[in-house]
Amino acid sequence: MIGNFPFVAVVIMLGLGIYSLMFKKNLIKIAIGLTLIESGANLFLIALGYRKGSVAPIYTMAPEGAKMALPTPQALCLTSIVIGVATTALVLSIIMIIYKKYGTLNTDEIRRLRG
Amino acid sequence: MIEEMSRIVRTMTTLIFGFIMVYGFYVIAHGHLSPGGGFQGGAIVASAFALLLVTYGTNQIQNFLSKDLFSLIESTGLVLFNAFGFLGIGATYFYNCVSNSGGVFGSPTVIGINSGNLNTGGTIALMNMAVGLEVLAAFGVIIMTMSAAAEILNKKEKP
Amino acid sequence: MKKSIFIISFVFFVAFMVMAAIGMRPFGEPTASEMDDYFIENAQRETAANNVVTTIVFDYRGFDTLGEGTVLFTAVVGVVALFREVAK
Repeated sequence: MIGNFPFVAVVIMLGLGIYSLMFKKNLIKIAIGLTLIESGANLFLIALGYRKGSVAPIYTMAPEGAKMALPTPQALCLTSIVIGVATTALVLSIIMIIYKKYGTLNTDEIRRLRG
Repeated sequence: MIEEMSRIVRTMTTLIFGFIMVYGFYVIAHGHLSPGGGFQGGAIVASAFALLLVTYGTNQIQNFLSKDLFSLIESTGLVLFNAFGFLGIGATYFYNCVSNSGGVFGSPTVIGINSGNLNTGGTIALMNMAVGLEVLAAFGVIIMTMSAAAEILNKKEKP
Repeated sequence: MKKSIFIISFVFFVAFMVMAAIGMRPFGEPTASEMDDYFIENAQRETAANNVVTTIVFDYRGFDTLGEGTVLFTAVVGVVALFREVAK
């Protein structure tokens, strides 16, 4: 179990993100939970492509005779990070418009006020 | 982000802001030799703009960094990225026809561990610069728009 | 009553994921790596660049980068369109 610790860390991050998405009432805390879930998924992608005792897959001044880690999950994680930034920007903009219209950030009260 | 910070912070920002931009452009340009590339270097240059915005306040920076110029740079970056894909249209869409031939960015590299030659890479080096321009302009537009809107909303609810 | 259903299902979900994480393959030994071995061997000869991750992002899998550029552009258009009536 102690050898698989990166995977258990991914599960801890996903669990905290889902807890903050299900049980919190403030809109900003829900947005932070979305960011935590996305970071946990990126960490899982990078932890999958590791060989024991390897270096980064770059040929410039690499040490002699060492194995290289897998480069494909690192390339996919780059795309995922940029898409996460775009999603967070849109979510925060919508939260600003909701605050302008209703005057509060509590989801219980937003459901009760009409107009 | 509405009012400016103290004198120490303003002095250090004017000293350091140029070095951060040069470091960002270095990471963009050497994307095919060392870790980095278009996206990472664009994020570094955008963080220099965010430092300027936080230190001096929204009112003074709105005239200095205009949203229309950033929007133009972003569109130019995306169109250039597409155009570099069309360079090798004889074989397929993203074919790398500039590498391993003479000319700009066309030298072959030494197979194995070497110390890096900037002239290599082909269309990878050109695409790095296009994507770097697009990412830095996109982040600039997002932070300028959101901070301007926050100031207008703040001013409306005060009285 | 509704709150206890949420709490029980959340505890079940996290316990299931922890069991899956402990029972996965050992960390550091990838099983199927033929595609990445091909990329590490032949990237320098075919694309003449030293950084294998950059050749994968821009040369071997260039379509993913095109899609990502489109997503970033659409997000910027969405943010500017949301704040257009605030600025009036």
